[in-house]
Amino acid sequence: MLTDLLGFPPQVLFGQLLLGLINGAFYAVLSLGLAVIFGLLNIVNFAHGALYMLGAFATLAVTKYLGIGYWGALIIAPLIVGAFGIVLERLMLRRLAGVDHLYGLLLTFGLALVIEGAFVKLFGSSGLPYPTPPQLQGGVNLGFMFLPWYRGWVVVASLAVCFATWFLFERTKIGAYLRAGTENPTLLQAFGVNVPLLTTLAYGYGVALAAFAGVLAAPITQVNPLMGSNLIIVVFAVVVIGGMGSIMGAVVTGLAMGVIEGLTKVFWPEASSTVIFVVMAIVLVLRPAGLFGKSA
Amino acid sequence: MKLFKALAGSASAVALMASAAAAEISDGVVKIGLMTDMSAVYSDIAGEGTVVAAQMAIDEFGGTVAGAPIEIVTADHQNKADIAANKAREWGDTGQVDAFAELVTTSVALAVFEVAKQQNKIALVSGAASSPLTNDACIPTGLHWTYNTRALAVGTGSAIVKEGGDSWYFLTADYAFGEALQRDVSNVVEAEGGKVVGAAKHPFPSSDFSSFVLQAQASGAKIIGLANAGGDTVNAIKAAHEFGVVAAGQKIAGLLVFLTNVKSIGQEVAQGLQMTVSFYWDMDDETRAWSAKFEEKTGKKPTGIQAGTYSAVRHYLKAIEATGSDDTDTVLAKMRELPVQDMFAKDGVLRSDGRMVHDMYLAEVKAPSDSDGEWDLLKIVRTIPGEEAFGPLSESTCPTK
Repeated sequence: MLTDLLGFPPQVLFGQLLLGLINGAFYAVLSLGLAVIFGLLNIVNFAHGALYMLGAFATLAVTKYLGIGYWGALIIAPLIVGAFGIVLERLMLRRLAGVDHLYGLLLTFGLALVIEGAFVKLFGSSGLPYPTPPQLQGGVNLGFMFLPWYRGWVVVASLAVCFATWFLFERTKIGAYLRAGTENPTLLQAFGVNVPLLTTLAYGYGVALAAFAGVLAAPITQVNPLMGSNLIIVVFAVVVIGGMGSIMGAVVTGLAMGVIEGLTKVFWPEASSTVIFVVMAIVLVLRPAGLFGKSA
Repeated sequence: MKLFKALAGSASAVALMASAAAAEISDGVVKIGLMTDMSAVYSDIAGEGTVVAAQMAIDEFGGTVAGAPIEIVTADHQNKADIAANKAREWGDTGQVDAFAELVTTSVALAVFEVAKQQNKIALVSGAASSPLTNDACIPTGLHWTYNTRALAVGTGSAIVKEGGDSWYFLTADYAFGEALQRDVSNVVEAEGGKVVGAAKHPFPSSDFSSFVLQAQASGAKIIGLANAGGDTVNAIKAAHEFGVVAAGQKIAGLLVFLTNVKSIGQEVAQGLQMTVSFYWDMDDETRAWSAKFEEKTGKKPTGIQAGTYSAVRHYLKAIEATGSDDTDTVLAKMRELPVQDMFAKDGVLRSDGRMVHDMYLAEVKAPSDSDGEWDLLKIVRTIPGEEAFGPLSESTCPTK
């Protein structure tokens, strides 16, 4: 057996593949949001990690103050944070339409620092606990590993959202408008479509996706003001590998990078935080537009 | 007129006396430069709270010592050694800072040690944990106050081996501190007759520990030792519970856990977890009174790092008070001569290798049903005598001891 040759029993390897897929599901949802935003607004949304964190905190808040449990939060938290995203877009990002990418990047990066800084000030840096919903506690023994129900749910929910997003963009009329908006906003406007509204909604949707990932993450990690800053760079690498703005690329690359990272954790744990960037460098050299991107 | 002359005369006499006292104090002010993590992972266990703690020590002196005012300046080192070194150099060269304090994160403490050595200034380390600070990496003016990795190893490590946990697998944060902690715990485990079957070094910080936890499970070790801190420890413990590792019979040993971490793990999950602490707010009347005052100012109970910062700054000022001087060598000699006597340490001894030796405590997280309030989280299981926790001076590999 190949796996025996590598010094690891097959159970361990299967387990790690599955775990990689679970983490990949997070990467997929987050990079999907980034891809949507970049595609429509041409903005490199560095506030994505902070918005993901806001999703987790919104979960905590609606549970504590409104008595709405995890399942309600799954809907409400993305709506709240999405609405916040819409406000951001209208008040700030809109003003940067048409100028160099760098300005959007700087603005969103600054926003992320401000939001995270404020939350550290308010809640400290240790993080707060959020319990796994009672329906998803425990798990199932798959023979090669113990799979907690909650992790299984994360994969199912993420893939469902990814599929829904893909369907929305590729198979509906609104999706057609959105894609047309990316290609040529002026022409689309000439057809009487309200393009500014479309971009606002797209940003809100991308932000809501980040918040959705935040809700999914709340019971797994502690709800921590800095939870997004650790993740955002990796997710950016995923988007670059997949091809900026490519929806399919973001999802497939997200899952694949999760698996690659998972395997690295077994063979060379110290390198597991670096491996995705190595892949990114190779991809950029061989295919600068990314695996699924259209070359410029 | 006579009265006026007399008044003026006595006033100038007072002024003369004051300046005579202050002459021993360089620049006429005792200035402490406190550097800590104000905004990132360690800002809860150290951070703003250490500034409050240091200020509480200064307030005890009424803000002046040996006739000179006491000042504190602070900086956020962001856990970056280069930022810390630059700031320390600036403070020492042009900022009239007499001593550096706190210095959480090993790499930061090491960088400031280098500056303190060149400038012959005292460094009062509280937050950094690595035992090399008073061994291979020691400097004559570097004092390590609160705890170290050896004490954590002796406390938690040997307690667990004695309970039958004789085979260990480590999840180790991939930087100087994690390595020091793993090495110190391995030494203790092996000395007690246990064995170390393996280790995985994880990136610092990591948010997902499921993979590492399963590797630890596959190792078959009875104990999974967490040679990490802060959010890493919290996430590793949560993952171990979620993936049924604990239910399947393996035990988790958190080697550096703080009060605030217990809160973020959640008491339900954390109950029964053993940890070595330098301080707990609910030990005696003195600790309770001090901690209540601290809580009034910060809204939280203090961690060991915060209480230790208070103790270190207080002892430093005590030595200045006793000698009337802020000259480094004079103050250091006095600090070593005086026992450390406050609510943090009883009869603490400052050794020539820089180690402040005081009792440590093995604590256990209470079950939620045994808790009386938000902060009633630990019970002290055993007092570890200072000598046992930190080892004898003869064991220290500090070249200048």
